[in-house]
Amino acid sequence: MSGRSVRRARRGGGFDLRLGESERGLLRSLLPQLRAMLGGDDPHRDPSLRRLFPVAYPDDPERDDEFRSLVGDDLRRGRLDSIDVVESSLDATSVDDTQLQAWMQVVNDLRLVLGTLLDVSEDESPDVDPDAPDADARATYQYLSYLLDEIVTALARA
Amino acid sequence: MTARATTAPIEVEIDEPTGSEADEADRPWIVLVWNDPINLMSYVTFVFQKLFGYSLEKATELMLDVHHKGRAVVASGSRERCELDVFRLHEHGLWATMQHDR
Repeated sequence: MSGRSVRRARRGGGFDLRLGESERGLLRSLLPQLRAMLGGDDPHRDPSLRRLFPVAYPDDPERDDEFRSLVGDDLRRGRLDSIDVVESSLDATSVDDTQLQAWMQVVNDLRLVLGTLLDVSEDESPDVDPDAPDADARATYQYLSYLLDEIVTALARA
Repeated sequence: MTARATTAPIEVEIDEPTGSEADEADRPWIVLVWNDPINLMSYVTFVFQKLFGYSLEKATELMLDVHHKGRAVVASGSRERCELDVFRLHEHGLWATMQHDR
């Protein structure tokens, strides 16, 4: 009855993941790209990753550098760990809460990077112009938005 | 309807510093979350519930403040406490900053 892609399992504490092959394939192709970007020398200086490593002290560059050197690596490592979790559960039809939280982080990280590259605006039209040069990327962004909302809805109901 | 994210692995209670708890010599810090065109409203609400243990109503109110007013104060306290909150918000991809309460 339910057309949801992610929902709380009827039994046990987990979640059902009902994703099509093309959806899983899309994620499979995106994960290594995100991992490679995060693996760069100075990921927090990469403009396309700026939403993953925001400034904590906008009025105080010195303190911000201090904060960055304290936690920047943890921030990167946590994201890479979540990519590993998603990759290892990419074919799963059910996941536990910890895994789904990793999915949530990774899917949002992908949205943040893609949204930054596409320079999306708040009143973005949900319709993608199929003839636009960035149509594929926009369609991917829309799909990731849908998937994130599904994940959040499932987690919030748990 | 679930008013609390019971699955949250980490829940931190945020209390307004009272006179006896706050370091009088040190003005409290506040954590701000800023509006951005990417994060989903449902996601932001969920993250506020997950990280701060806020009720759905409180989390929704803060999310709407971010959305309509451009920013909202989501936590306050010592510098260390606020840095941890900012770190966790950044982990979740929210645009969070901190500053002295003015």
